[in-house]
Amino acid sequence: MANKAAKGPLFPYIIWIALFVIAPILLVVYYSLLDLNGNFTLANYANFFSSAYLTMTLTSFWYAFLITLFTLIVAYPTAYLLTKTKHKHLWLMFIIIPSWINLLLKTYAFIGIFGLYGPINAFAQSFGIEPTQILFTDFSFIFVAVYIFIPFMIIPIFNALDKLNPTLVYAARDLGANRITTFRRVIFPLTIEGVKSGIQVTFIPALSLFMITRLIAGNQVITLGTAIEQQFLVAQNWGMGSTIAVFLILFMVLIMLFTGQKSKGGRV
Amino acid sequence: MKSLVQATIAIIVTCALLFFAAHQLEAGGTQGSKDTITVYNWGEYIDPDLIAQFTEETGIKVIYETFDSNEAMMTKVQQGGSAYDIAVPSEYMVEMMKEEDLLIPLDHSKIPNMKNIDPYFLDLAFDPGNKYTIPYFWGTVGIVFNPTMVEEHLTFESWEDLWDPTLEGKVFLVDGAREVMGMGLNSLGESLNAKDDVLLRQATDRLISLSPNIKAIIGDEITPLMINNEATVALTWSGQAADMMWENEDLDFAVPEEGSNLWFDSFVIPKTAANIDGAHAFINFMLDADVSAQNNDYVGYSTPNAAAMELMDPEVIEDERFYPSEELREKLEVYENLGLEWLGKYNEYFLEFKMSLR
Repeated sequence: MANKAAKGPLFPYIIWIALFVIAPILLVVYYSLLDLNGNFTLANYANFFSSAYLTMTLTSFWYAFLITLFTLIVAYPTAYLLTKTKHKHLWLMFIIIPSWINLLLKTYAFIGIFGLYGPINAFAQSFGIEPTQILFTDFSFIFVAVYIFIPFMIIPIFNALDKLNPTLVYAARDLGANRITTFRRVIFPLTIEGVKSGIQVTFIPALSLFMITRLIAGNQVITLGTAIEQQFLVAQNWGMGSTIAVFLILFMVLIMLFTGQKSKGGRV
Repeated sequence: MKSLVQATIAIIVTCALLFFAAHQLEAGGTQGSKDTITVYNWGEYIDPDLIAQFTEETGIKVIYETFDSNEAMMTKVQQGGSAYDIAVPSEYMVEMMKEEDLLIPLDHSKIPNMKNIDPYFLDLAFDPGNKYTIPYFWGTVGIVFNPTMVEEHLTFESWEDLWDPTLEGKVFLVDGAREVMGMGLNSLGESLNAKDDVLLRQATDRLISLSPNIKAIIGDEITPLMINNEATVALTWSGQAADMMWENEDLDFAVPEEGSNLWFDSFVIPKTAANIDGAHAFINFMLDADVSAQNNDYVGYSTPNAAAMELMDPEVIEDERFYPSEELREKLEVYENLGLEWLGKYNEYFLEFKMSLR
């Protein structure tokens, strides 16, 4: 990428990365090695491997996996249908616009929508179904998280599908592949990069969700993000909070490697 | 390439100018602070009309900022970026701020209205002789519930009632480690300041046995849920319960007899103060009987201001739920500053309990 061009133009970016990417990560690692009194220790790491945090890591992964899966199930067909519409960029914009609204505001709106006297229960009641509390359940948590992540998943998939050369699809059909085979053997493999970046932008933030775990799931779902928040703000144990953050960073690196593109994308 | 370098320089120059401007503004702010004070208080914790009245009477402008947890407040004061002249920490946070040397001693001669305060609330263990603090509001932790939605035998005079099988999936708790662990300890008849791993283990197990009844552990969002009859039973602070009961007359509040928490929020002058005289004037103003009565009416928590109580609706101050008798208060405990190590342990046990909910 920068083989011919002089290093000069890269200079501001190098400074930027050093100040706002490398330095904070080093600081997090440094703090993770301190105990409450500021002495060096590995106790935080030992503590992490106690059962509570390991279970929490597993739950975080499980929920992040579910969220990503459902987001993908909704987003892929949507992106596919979008590329088939006449004014596809207009429609795409309509899907993106809600993501301009503040996240907290949308989350609060869901508290009203899911409420015992909210529109969903009112609707169910018109069919004679007894109102139930939808808030503070696994369903509401995953629903809201999926809703939040859908636009972020649609965009990369849409771009990949949009770039797909339609003649390849025609060729596949001409050569006798049916719709399912065409999708399985041609369309999906050619858009897999879009799916991978979609998974990155969904799975990684989903691992550290913390606000909606409280507002929508009522703290019944505990993620690593919740634990970090508590360690910093309540327990004031920066060491332990940083240790959890170090593990979160490690998991993220692993996921990036797992879903990495051949050309170093690094778009998150 | 050339344009890129130019753009970079332009950005750096702009940043430098902005820094300079910000610095000038801040410096100007401190110099001109003779007639402004910055009050750092909890949200919804003062009658805004009174701030205007204070400015009218003294000519001192008030910059009003709010925080939502003691810890967040302390962090900002510690960083020292803003010139807070008044803050309103709870008692255990007063102890921590004292330890960290973040408070300025008060000059009692500038606060003559201190005489209005009920002596019961002066000279408390967390601040002997009121060297640093003047009590602002006090209250308890208890259970707010909707009698129309629970079985008749549930009066919540005992913590035991929370474990009642009819409450399955109906109980809401406040998202605070001290409050919830304290409730667990109290329900075992132990002190909510216990520093004993065995007791904390027992309290956590006791709480885990409550998990089938727990619907959610949330923060201030509980208020609208109780008001709209969407929630039945909630562990919360007395003042928050008073807010809910104001909106929904069906609700009732009880402080269980095994004991609970008694807390105080107090005015302090943090080290960041730029206008110490103005801060004293503000505290003195807020202690005035008329002002305090009006403020109590707005905020709804319990006041330590005896002179103001005489001006208030007797129905309010005779309400034992919010102004428990001294005999009842004997059973309540004030949170002690546990130290970071034990605070961390409380937090870990609380996390373990939260994780048992699924």
